[in-house]
Amino acid sequence: MAKQAVAVVGTGQTKFRSHHADKTYIELAQDAAKMALDDAGMVPDEIDAVVFSMSPTHFMGINDVDRYAIEHVWGAGKPFMRVHTGGATGGSAIQAGYFHIASGVYDTVLVVGADRVAETPDSQHVLNLIWDRFYEHDFALNTVTMTAMAAQRYMHKYGTTEEQFAKVVVRGRKNAMKNPTAHLKGDITVEDVLNSPEVSYPFKRFDICPRSSGGAAVVLTNLDVAKRKCNRPAFMTGVSSITHSIFMGDRQGYWSDTEFADQDAYNRAGHECYRQAGIVDPVRDVDVLELYDPFSTFQFPALESLGFCGRGAATAINEDGGWELDGGIVAVNPSGGTLCTNPIGVTGLVRAADAAKQIMGRAGEMQVKNAKRAIATAIGGSTQFFTVTALSDDHVS
Amino acid sequence: MSKAKNKSNTKAKAKSKPKSKAKTKTTALDDVPFNNMVFPGEWHVRYNYSVGKVAGHFFEGLKERKILATKCTKSGMAYLPPRAYCERSFEACDSWVEAGQEGTIESATIVSAQFEGLPKPPYAIAYVRLDGVSTAMVNFVEGENLSDVRKAMAKMKPGTRVKVKFKAKPEGRITDFHYRLAR
Repeated sequence: MAKQAVAVVGTGQTKFRSHHADKTYIELAQDAAKMALDDAGMVPDEIDAVVFSMSPTHFMGINDVDRYAIEHVWGAGKPFMRVHTGGATGGSAIQAGYFHIASGVYDTVLVVGADRVAETPDSQHVLNLIWDRFYEHDFALNTVTMTAMAAQRYMHKYGTTEEQFAKVVVRGRKNAMKNPTAHLKGDITVEDVLNSPEVSYPFKRFDICPRSSGGAAVVLTNLDVAKRKCNRPAFMTGVSSITHSIFMGDRQGYWSDTEFADQDAYNRAGHECYRQAGIVDPVRDVDVLELYDPFSTFQFPALESLGFCGRGAATAINEDGGWELDGGIVAVNPSGGTLCTNPIGVTGLVRAADAAKQIMGRAGEMQVKNAKRAIATAIGGSTQFFTVTALSDDHVS
Repeated sequence: MSKAKNKSNTKAKAKSKPKSKAKTKTTALDDVPFNNMVFPGEWHVRYNYSVGKVAGHFFEGLKERKILATKCTKSGMAYLPPRAYCERSFEACDSWVEAGQEGTIESATIVSAQFEGLPKPPYAIAYVRLDGVSTAMVNFVEGENLSDVRKAMAKMKPGTRVKVKFKAKPEGRITDFHYRLAR
């Protein structure tokens, strides 16, 4: 158990777009750090340690870029660590920040990072390099093709159609219109998604997230400081993660103890997070979700594994508006989610920051009424790393 | 060290500044044009990957058109790709077993877009669990007409039977074989 309660008291995000030609990488991270500190009403001297959120650095093209950023995020002279769990990086980074404080070792921690995924012309070329050279690398695996196969398996299990997945994209882009930092946003139709160029069945281009550039940061602190600094902190009441083997073939078929199509790790990670946070029934107890959904096919299995509905039921609930911001079962991705914005190294951090802003009442036009409990998730690697984080207006769970 | 030096130099200069009356024109930080400069760059890194004993035996097997899995007696699981240790029982795998050359599709996709450094589309890939093996292994599915993606995908649903086809002269690489739909 945590020795100290931990709260988010400040968040910062730059605008996300394909390129920030007016900034270097480290200046983007710095902008986010400055915004989070300003939001927390703090100066760098009040930060005890820095956690740097950054996944593969091949996209932006400077190896192990965390060291390049140290001074710019005011890490010099302080404990500093980089966290890297692929797409789950930001989710793991904020949890590392949580452990720093919950352990009683530090009082206040800055979790910060940036990415610029489109600095190299084809990010999937880089992502193909995560698989081993002996057995899997040669078979065109990348994050698009691996999740396409999981989606095909899900469709076979539950009968969800491409058109039904397209509706998730339409909802996301609509929600993102109220998010000042979102990369893609706007009124699009199911036909627009279905008619966008084929990539890897069942994915068309609009089923897939953009390659985003931008920075994100959160300031975490303990209960005493949070009380002084913030009228409505977002307490981190649950942190959990589950990790899998690199081999996705281990998660498919009769012998498997988990299920590739279902994002099944969320089931265990979710239960552990709910136990810590005192969430008995997620449908009743959770008001907002910020799900990691870089593909149109991610929300349904995630919602099912996280216990918001039964297996295979999320599609029909979506048709009935159950995942809308008003009047649904739970408000899913008021920010537009990862489908609209994916700066890989900080995507999980953006999920957590957007969830925290809901609890803090600082979500602006995205604000969900009476948001008291939120869940933020992230997934990374060869569908390997799953993180679930609970945020609450109350530190007593 | 050098940073500290620079700092003290700056301080020294700042201190001496009032003495010299020379006026230098200053520009506000933001009061400069944005020239949108981009510097191109590339990385080239070469490697020699050591294959190891377990994988080495697997690749020797491929040269003889055999697909060799490792088996753990305690859990009953047979692994492809082969593993030294069972991920279920945490015991060392204790034997090599030959996998069947037919199997079942667990998941598949047809790729229609060109990715840098990856094959020319269209192509199909699938995770297939070979007979007698507990885990699925990815490879290309060849020999299908992929011009109509949805029609071709309808033939590659999970549960579809496939067979292994080796190339004429196996070289001990994973690309020595591919899958074809069994009919």
